[in-house]
Amino acid sequence: MENTVLIDGLSVPINGERNLLELCRKAGIEIPTFCYHSDLSVYGACRLCLVDIEGMGIQTSCTTAPRAGMVVKTATEEIREMRRITVELLLANHDYNCPTCSKSATCKLQALARRLGVSEVRFKSTQPTQPIDRSAPSIERNPNRCVLCGDCVRACAEIQGIGAIDFAYRGANSAVLPAFGKDLNDVECVHCGKCAAVCPTGALVPRSEVEDVWKVIDNPEKVVVAQIAPAVRVAIGECFGKAPGTVATGQIAAAMRRIGFDKIFDSSFTADMTVLEESEEFMARKAKGENLPIMTSCCPAWVKFTEQYFPELLPNLSSCKSPQQMFGSVAKKILPEMLKVKPENLVVVAVMPCTAKKFEARRPEFKTEAGPDVDFVLTTQELARMIEEKGLAFDKLEPESLDMPLGFKTGAGVIFGATGGVSEAVLRYAAEKLGGPRGQEVEFREMRGQEGVREAEITVNGTTLKMAIAHGLGNARKLAEKIRDGKAQYDIVEVMACPGGCVGGAGQPISTEQYVAATRAKGLYDADRTMQLHASQDNHKLAECYKEHFGDKVGGHEAHEYLHTEYQSRRRMTQHGFDISSAEDDSDKLTVKVCVGTNCYLKGSQDILRRMAHHVQESGLQDRVQVAATFCFEKCGTSPNASVNGELIEACSFEKIKAALDAALAAAK
Amino acid sequence: MAAAASNVSEKTRKFEKVCEILDQYGHDSSKLIPILQAVQEEYRYLPEEVLNFVATSLALPPARVFGVATFFAHFTLQPKGKHIFRLCDGTACHVRGSIPIYDALRKKVGLAAGKATTDDLMFTVETVSCLGACGLAPAVVLNDEVHGLMTPDSACALVDEILTKEAQA
Repeated sequence: MENTVLIDGLSVPINGERNLLELCRKAGIEIPTFCYHSDLSVYGACRLCLVDIEGMGIQTSCTTAPRAGMVVKTATEEIREMRRITVELLLANHDYNCPTCSKSATCKLQALARRLGVSEVRFKSTQPTQPIDRSAPSIERNPNRCVLCGDCVRACAEIQGIGAIDFAYRGANSAVLPAFGKDLNDVECVHCGKCAAVCPTGALVPRSEVEDVWKVIDNPEKVVVAQIAPAVRVAIGECFGKAPGTVATGQIAAAMRRIGFDKIFDSSFTADMTVLEESEEFMARKAKGENLPIMTSCCPAWVKFTEQYFPELLPNLSSCKSPQQMFGSVAKKILPEMLKVKPENLVVVAVMPCTAKKFEARRPEFKTEAGPDVDFVLTTQELARMIEEKGLAFDKLEPESLDMPLGFKTGAGVIFGATGGVSEAVLRYAAEKLGGPRGQEVEFREMRGQEGVREAEITVNGTTLKMAIAHGLGNARKLAEKIRDGKAQYDIVEVMACPGGCVGGAGQPISTEQYVAATRAKGLYDADRTMQLHASQDNHKLAECYKEHFGDKVGGHEAHEYLHTEYQSRRRMTQHGFDISSAEDDSDKLTVKVCVGTNCYLKGSQDILRRMAHHVQESGLQDRVQVAATFCFEKCGTSPNASVNGELIEACSFEKIKAALDAALAAAK
Repeated sequence: MAAAASNVSEKTRKFEKVCEILDQYGHDSSKLIPILQAVQEEYRYLPEEVLNFVATSLALPPARVFGVATFFAHFTLQPKGKHIFRLCDGTACHVRGSIPIYDALRKKVGLAAGKATTDDLMFTVETVSCLGACGLAPAVVLNDEVHGLMTPDSACALVDEILTKEAQA
């Protein structure tokens, strides 16, 4: 028998398809699904992909391997009826105020209800309304719209290797929740938004700042300037019927001027700046041989991930602010004078492909007394919505140019939006600095591609640079573990949290097709090729900016003050410790706290804690001292950590704590 | 390390027990369920900070541990009473009057609406699905001891018995 399956009377050859669902789709039959994503594990929960297989009865096609000779029917009366009832039951407990839901236009539940002919819902909701979680700056969680497909749970655990949300409870009470039902902002979520990107309904959506931005635009006192991230220009067209990868910088500029933005600049300008600063930082480290590899810090989800899981690698993170935050610093420093506006009336809006950028803009490191460097962050989706709200026909807009000087960039600043782009941009600078031939071929195609972890060695003028590039935090974790454990040595490591890089960010137009991120990336590389300048050091507007405002020196004192920052370890959850010694909390007592968070735990804090508790009791000190286990002093780099009456003891041992306790006891007498 | 010096406090002893349980199961995340069972034996419930500690030491996301702990009816994240009444409400017990017994018990121990445990943590009253003791319907399990052919009065008598014992203790 031939290696084929008969699907609805059509003979379809099996060619490595993992399941019947893929085979059916290959045959041009779009089987409905909620819980199936080709880049996630197979789950089989939504029961929509049912097919009738001769001899096997009705099965979920996503969990059935294709076998030669199978005879499959995909839409019998029985199957159509089952699918309709499944969707009808989901709708019964669904908050279907669809017109007011931001996912309305891209909602899979809505699309499937229409496709499958669900014309009425005969059942009443049995679930009480749950509160909406608006704690996070990045993502809004509305449990009343959840269909329990688990896509978000698997995306968070499998692609990002985090697991900040999971199924909890059971049966009719099942829910997708952060640990202990806490708010999203109180757990280890890194705000990457992958959950929202795969959510088929409006249960997880990027948090909107559109209204805040309208408000400042409407305020005649405010001067509103925008920065556009590279990845936005190759994706926003998708919201208006263009193909992915279509470069629409000119239309974006035109639309934003019509909306009322006063100046439209480019994050690529400060991406060029990041290249200069980060390359100088790298070459200084390389010369001294310290803190290598240098790890990129442009991606705020990756930065938070490192702070939580790899505190020992924090010195490796580049101290450079991300292009978004460099732009904020530069704008707030130089624009008030240039635009003749009072500093308090200058508003910086960033348009980003990313939800984590919203979190980044609110980090205390990026605020001065005058307020945040970046006031608002809009996603690509949000900008598209503003364009629609304004009533602009996007594709009919005559393209316009960005404003000078912060709208000027080289190709290096544009390719930042794709995985490998930051590395390639840095190489274009470093190659010249290392004495490579100038004006030669500047493309480093070894950096490009879609594999989760890529390695390359580049030799310039006798110096070999070892590069590693990861996208998807699950891949980044594997790479970071190898580096932490000394199993791999690199010079430069680039990480972007989203598969494909920023072009695949969660703020981009919704798309579940894998090719889309790569097509958008191609748009960026094409844009680079058509530009006159390709290396950040050739950006003369940037050189002027350094000359006038940053002491004419890359990596100099003023650059450091405005363009660099530092990161520190961060606890994963807001959580109190627990007292393990005394009967009740007693503020009169001296308190010894020992951290049992992951890093300290791995370095033996559990045993220190046990010995301390015994010591206190064997010495008859329980009336004067209480011993508590606690979670995370946010000093994980020097673990294990403890404190005696609030005083931190880093890299502690039982003996060190005992000495501190004895001293504290003596002082208390 | 050897535990159980007589002057070791209850909290320390429990924490050490959790550490022992984790050691005993080799910090193997696939043994999460037996680990949680053993931890609940110690605390009579699963306190949040202990679950977080278990998650940390098994290298599991806390949300996963929370998910498992809330999935199984056996686990509880709320402190339970010292004495636990589990009323069978399977079909046989139900038709032979388990609900009047349940109502009487709740009233007797003074449970407010929506609560299963008294504020002094003395009593918990809850229903379970079939205990497999249908011949004894309606059946009540009090602290792992099965009582059959119960009535509201005989159930309340069990409460009085406990209260008398507690008063003597």
